[in-house]
Amino acid sequence: MFHSIMGLYHFQFIQNALLSGIFIAVACAVVGYFLIGGGYTFAGHALPNIGFAGAAGAVLLGIKPVYGLFAMTILAGAAMSAGGREVRERDVSIGVVMSFALGLGLMFLSLYGGYGERVYSILFGTVLGITRNNVIFTGFMGLGAVCLVLFLFRPLLFVMFDPIAAEAKGVPVGLLTMVFLVVVAVTVSLAVQVVGALLVFTMLVGPGATASRLTHRPCRAILLAALLGVAYMFAGITLAGLSGDWPVSFFIATISFLVYMPVRIFFRGKAGRAPVSCRDIQGHMQRCFLNSREECKKRAAQC
Amino acid sequence: MSLEPVSQRTQPVFLRNVRFGFGGRVIQDEMTFTIEDGEFVAVLGPNGAGKTTLLKLLLGLIRCEAGEVMVFGRKPRRGNSGIGYAPQFRTLDANFAVRARDLVGFGLDGHRFGPGFPSRKRRKLIDEVLEEVHATEYAEASVGELSGGERQRLSLAQVLIANPGLVLLDEPLTNLDIAGAQEIITLVSRLCASRKVAVMLVTHDINPLLPHVDRVLYLANGRCAIGPPQTVITRETLSVLYNHPVEVVEAMGKKFVLGVET
Repeated sequence: MFHSIMGLYHFQFIQNALLSGIFIAVACAVVGYFLIGGGYTFAGHALPNIGFAGAAGAVLLGIKPVYGLFAMTILAGAAMSAGGREVRERDVSIGVVMSFALGLGLMFLSLYGGYGERVYSILFGTVLGITRNNVIFTGFMGLGAVCLVLFLFRPLLFVMFDPIAAEAKGVPVGLLTMVFLVVVAVTVSLAVQVVGALLVFTMLVGPGATASRLTHRPCRAILLAALLGVAYMFAGITLAGLSGDWPVSFFIATISFLVYMPVRIFFRGKAGRAPVSCRDIQGHMQRCFLNSREECKKRAAQC
Repeated sequence: MSLEPVSQRTQPVFLRNVRFGFGGRVIQDEMTFTIEDGEFVAVLGPNGAGKTTLLKLLLGLIRCEAGEVMVFGRKPRRGNSGIGYAPQFRTLDANFAVRARDLVGFGLDGHRFGPGFPSRKRRKLIDEVLEEVHATEYAEASVGELSGGERQRLSLAQVLIANPGLVLLDEPLTNLDIAGAQEIITLVSRLCASRKVAVMLVTHDINPLLPHVDRVLYLANGRCAIGPPQTVITRETLSVLYNHPVEVVEAMGKKFVLGVET
């Protein structure tokens, strides 16, 4: 068993997957902590879906799907910052935009006609098909995102926590929210290429939500979230490599779920409504699981 | 009123013939008053009379349409470190990993960029102000676990840590029970005296504040009246302000305004 695991790590494609996985896990965890705190978790769900529409549009236009992915998520992220301060009001407008984007994506796909292999790889990720260049790009961008968030750390925490008091204190709330959501968009676009649009949410919210229940200190929560994310990613890729057929994202999502559930039950916050309820995560997991099963069947049929 | 020469308008708040509105509607006109150092003023009035908007005006978040506004002898501006402001609604999220201590720290350096490394000096400053508002025992607790009164103390600490000369508290007493409200009022009135800060406290119920406040600013019907509670909260003054007959009843040492919705 041990030897087969170590043997796995000798493969170049597994090394690439692990390396870019680590960068993505860290960036997602750092960004995710603020996303949860500011009540922006729904944006974390919407952005990858909007990115899928962008990728589909790019395929239709005959350009690389990645360009469409980045362009659409960044545009949508910047637009979301104008969506209002009340979580409920904001979520409704994000939801409307997201379903519009999904509709567009579907239309782009049907206009394209052929089987959109490249688009489906955006939906489900291609964790085991990552090149060295991909790793370098992901590392560069991921570290950039983390550095920017660290630079903005204090005002960003203030804005996510209490935008009204922050504004009175002279913090440029609107600008900061926009910059943050663009960083989220970049992180999402990086992660989409590895874990797929449907499972980015797991990496964004899972580790942060779990860590926020285990510690109250912001810095520790972020560090813990990053550690958890890297661990999920490592375990997911290893298990997928060992099993051969089963998708990486399935393992990552399942591990994240299995860790969050007991933490949620045993480390209950005393008061207040949780920004991400168990039901949100469960529903998301179910959808992702069904989708990935269908994808497997489809691939099997092709072979 | 007397018109002071320009050089003397260094009071915490100076307003002359000010008109301001919200969403295209004028809500206060010809507003004129000053607030002195160390004064404790309660701001009263029905919903929509412009209490919160007045605070926003002083914070430089909105502009007045006419008249002159001065805060410590200067025009209101965003991020004025002389003003401490505790807003009305605070949705403190139980799932956000932030301690009471971090919340207070926002008031010290929440507007500064960079990661902000912990230092002994910063810790000491936060400890001192937590002690001042009697919040030391839950300094390390997660803010999601705290009660309304405890959170209100932290808001106060967050405001005080920046050493402001003027403190604006927007409805700090809502959602608190009588004992909790009394504790906050005692705290504010003591701080007002010991730190010599001017306080404007927006409230719906003047009664718990009556023994503590110096003056009352009553906003209603597009106008305002300011003075000691015994001269403002009277049948004569309020009837003029509301422009229809109002009755003030005193019972059990408390004042009740009848004939209007407060």
